[in-house]
Amino acid sequence: MRSALQSKAVLILRYGLLGASVLLIAIGLARQEHLEVMQKAVRICLECIGIG
Amino acid sequence: MYRNRVKRRISFQRIVQIISAVLVNGYLIGFQKGRIFTGGSKAVCVPVLNCYSCPGALGACPIGSLQTALGGMKHHFPFYVLGLLMLFGVVLGRAVCGLLCPFGLVQDLLHQIPAPKLRVPKKIDRPARYLKYGILLVFVILLPAFAVTETGVTPPYFCEYICPAGTLEGGIPLMLADPALRKLAGWLFSWKAFLLVLIVGLSVVVHRPFCRYLCPLGAFYALFNRFSFFQMHLDTGKCVGCGACEQVCPMAVEVTENICGGECIRCGKCRTACPTGAISWGFAGKTEEGFSDNRGQT
Repeated sequence: MRSALQSKAVLILRYGLLGASVLLIAIGLARQEHLEVMQKAVRICLECIGIG
Repeated sequence: MYRNRVKRRISFQRIVQIISAVLVNGYLIGFQKGRIFTGGSKAVCVPVLNCYSCPGALGACPIGSLQTALGGMKHHFPFYVLGLLMLFGVVLGRAVCGLLCPFGLVQDLLHQIPAPKLRVPKKIDRPARYLKYGILLVFVILLPAFAVTETGVTPPYFCEYICPAGTLEGGIPLMLADPALRKLAGWLFSWKAFLLVLIVGLSVVVHRPFCRYLCPLGAFYALFNRFSFFQMHLDTGKCVGCGACEQVCPMAVEVTENICGGECIRCGKCRTACPTGAISWGFAGKTEEGFSDNRGQT
């Protein structure tokens, strides 16, 4: 059985990671990294399909 | 026998897997025309291993995007992709693998082919599971970040040399539709086709071999399994220790000992098999004690 302390640590980590992920996405969007993702994704990736 | 097959109820997991596969690869006309989708949704990574060069793909592959960010001209810290991956991980954990991943669905279906099934001995199985973490570290992070070529751009090593999803979802459909691409196929395509055939063959006898041993995305989500909002829960008061859960587990997880561990893909098979209803799943509330059992809702 989990102790109350362990549960609290899991909770803190859970919400902390959630906040960190939202922050990272926001920074990435501000740096327009999503456009880089799109540039790659809208062209056929020859390496991915095995042509190289 | 045929009648029984028709009457067999399709599981909740399979319904969600099929819906997910269709949603992620909804550009169906792409398969016919042999071209890929180029709309704005491609700026968003999907949570699953799904090649962005699949003609049906509506979003970007997170593993491919991570390698692109690390190995592109700018070689920058991948804030956006890492943030999305962390978000998927902290909300769902490896439920992404068990419920959403199209390549997981392919492996599940292959394993239903009637053939002798192999249970990998623990002394091989346990250490081999660390391989996927090595692949994540070496092929997805370190090589794209540091093995810079003369052009200043590093290739997506995992996608290029390992990923069977790219061959299955991207390479084969595109080459079938485009004779010009077929002419370009050489040793690399042969290597990737060999890997795909190997994984397909293994999937028939071993449940989800790619997820267990090779998938870097599964390895990433495994790091979040203990902390994710979506959790499996074992009521030890109800558990009678019959072992039914461990018999059906596709990932050979020791359910009664480590239900929240990194190897559980939250497919829900143990929950269905449990005769006493000791296993539940759902989104955890504000406290662990407030864990909600969503059994009736699914």
